[in-house]
Amino acid sequence: MAFTAPKETYSGKVYPVTIGTGDKAVTCGGENVLPFHSFEGITPSRPVIAIEIQDVPPADWPDTVRKPYDAVSGDPVSWAKFCQDELKAKALALRLVGTHPDRENRSPADAVKTVKDVLAAVQVPLIILGSNHAEKDTSVLVAVAEAAKDKNCIIGKAQEANYKTIAAASMANNHKLIAMSELDINLSKQLNILITQMGFDKEKIITDPMCSALGYGIEYTYSVMERIRLAALTQNDVTMQQPLLGDVGMYVWKIKEASAPEADLPQWGALEERGIAWEAETAAALMIAGAGLLIMRHPRAIKEVENLIDELV
Amino acid sequence: MLIIGEKLSIIAKRVREAMMKKDKGPIQEIATRQWKEGSGVIDANIGPAEDGGEELMQWMVTTIQEVVPLPVCLDTTNFQAIEAGLKVHNNQWGKPMINSTSNDPERFPILELGVKYNCDVIGLTVGKGGLPADAEERAHIAAEIMGRAMEYGLPLENLYLDPLVLQIATSQDHARHVINAVKMFREMNDPPMKTIVGLSNISNGCPKTLRPILNKHFFVMLLDAGLTSAIADAHEMAEAMKERSIISDVMAGKEIADKQKMTEIRKTVDVIMGRTLYAHSYLEM
Repeated sequence: MAFTAPKETYSGKVYPVTIGTGDKAVTCGGENVLPFHSFEGITPSRPVIAIEIQDVPPADWPDTVRKPYDAVSGDPVSWAKFCQDELKAKALALRLVGTHPDRENRSPADAVKTVKDVLAAVQVPLIILGSNHAEKDTSVLVAVAEAAKDKNCIIGKAQEANYKTIAAASMANNHKLIAMSELDINLSKQLNILITQMGFDKEKIITDPMCSALGYGIEYTYSVMERIRLAALTQNDVTMQQPLLGDVGMYVWKIKEASAPEADLPQWGALEERGIAWEAETAAALMIAGAGLLIMRHPRAIKEVENLIDELV
Repeated sequence: MLIIGEKLSIIAKRVREAMMKKDKGPIQEIATRQWKEGSGVIDANIGPAEDGGEELMQWMVTTIQEVVPLPVCLDTTNFQAIEAGLKVHNNQWGKPMINSTSNDPERFPILELGVKYNCDVIGLTVGKGGLPADAEERAHIAAEIMGRAMEYGLPLENLYLDPLVLQIATSQDHARHVINAVKMFREMNDPPMKTIVGLSNISNGCPKTLRPILNKHFFVMLLDAGLTSAIADAHEMAEAMKERSIISDVMAGKEIADKQKMTEIRKTVDVIMGRTLYAHSYLEM
């Protein structure tokens, strides 16, 4: 008798979320199966990797990941164009880290100018991120959401402390929204409920359960993502059917494994390879757990993950 | 169903202040109310009580029993404080109860007190390490506690097995493990083992309006599983008893006239059974 592979059927699906406009628009989500289980159902889109750029030069990034952008990262517009034209980025994530009060403390007006300049220079979809300062993000993200009106960006991140203003601005200007909670599946669900109770379309949310790097609690992120996916697919939980975000680069490139010199730790192997592998491994793990949108930094790590996706789809 | 009135706990600000000031008024008022509402035992939770625990427990036991003709459940990790309390406990109102022994060697000597003073003893099914993962692990620990009780000479009918209720807001899966554990505990002896839960911990950390709803449904589901006693709010549990038949009807798939109530019951039972993911606003979805 011929072997028949066992197949699961699921009652729910993940909402497809499209970002950007015109022929450069991309979609993530839409599947009705666990990640890459194309043999069980439909997987209409592959995970989307957005390359991270910043509004200020990445002085705090380790050498390994700063080097590929040395010639362009002094200016967000050149940086964005480099990623689109040379690295063939499918999406960009502009992190307005310079608006943080403990950093350059750039104003919402400064942020608006950067966003407008970048949007004018590139055609690929843009994810616009604040500095993760709940209070400052409120003013910054409201201003940039308006500046990017109708460009179908993703605005982020809305958290429990500031979701009302950010979700309202995102809704008024036709953007998608990242809802972030801190590694707690129940609070993640709760935030999605609260945002949809404001009248925000549940199919325009991206859920960020909070990333963590390999070796620094990735198992928590993995487990929360996996459980969110299972709730979406097996329990048909409409509050958990949003695509998941893995904000990988930011978490990987601040750990010591990505920057400790070989001279100090020869047993850890080559510094450059180590950092790249660390980012690629972290991204790959979260993708397997369910992340449909990844924000990454190193071009070679991104290439590795794209290759992996090619093999898995 | 035996209700151990839960309200005299050091965690409550009013109770803590009364304990510190040795102000009998609030303690006796709360104890009396719980007695009138149907509690059969009054819990006296004085916390770890490292300093002055003996004196405090004696004061609590006598203060409660001055106005209420009920036994007291002595609830502290301080061994000496429990023994001091047992010495002044008025057994005319019933057998005192001790909260608790467990599978942690430090908690074994509690069983000696249980034998020496002829008490009921709560056996919390946790060990020295982490929390039990599921119902099976709880049952395994329960078996060890039962074996130890027999070694020490505590009759099994004096032992109340407690499966350890965890917060649904952070440990949702444990709600159904606790229900299953109660069923398993009962089957571990003939006549069935007595069981007890710290009921309202299920809703700890949940919005205020949600707490009684979760408490009552969980209580009814535990009753169906064969639970024999609960450390709980007697007033709330009396309300739960009134709602028991409609909750059971909805759980059995019957339609009831009050559609809003029916939805509330269905959603709450689904959350407790882990069929939908808990969120503070689960009733609004």
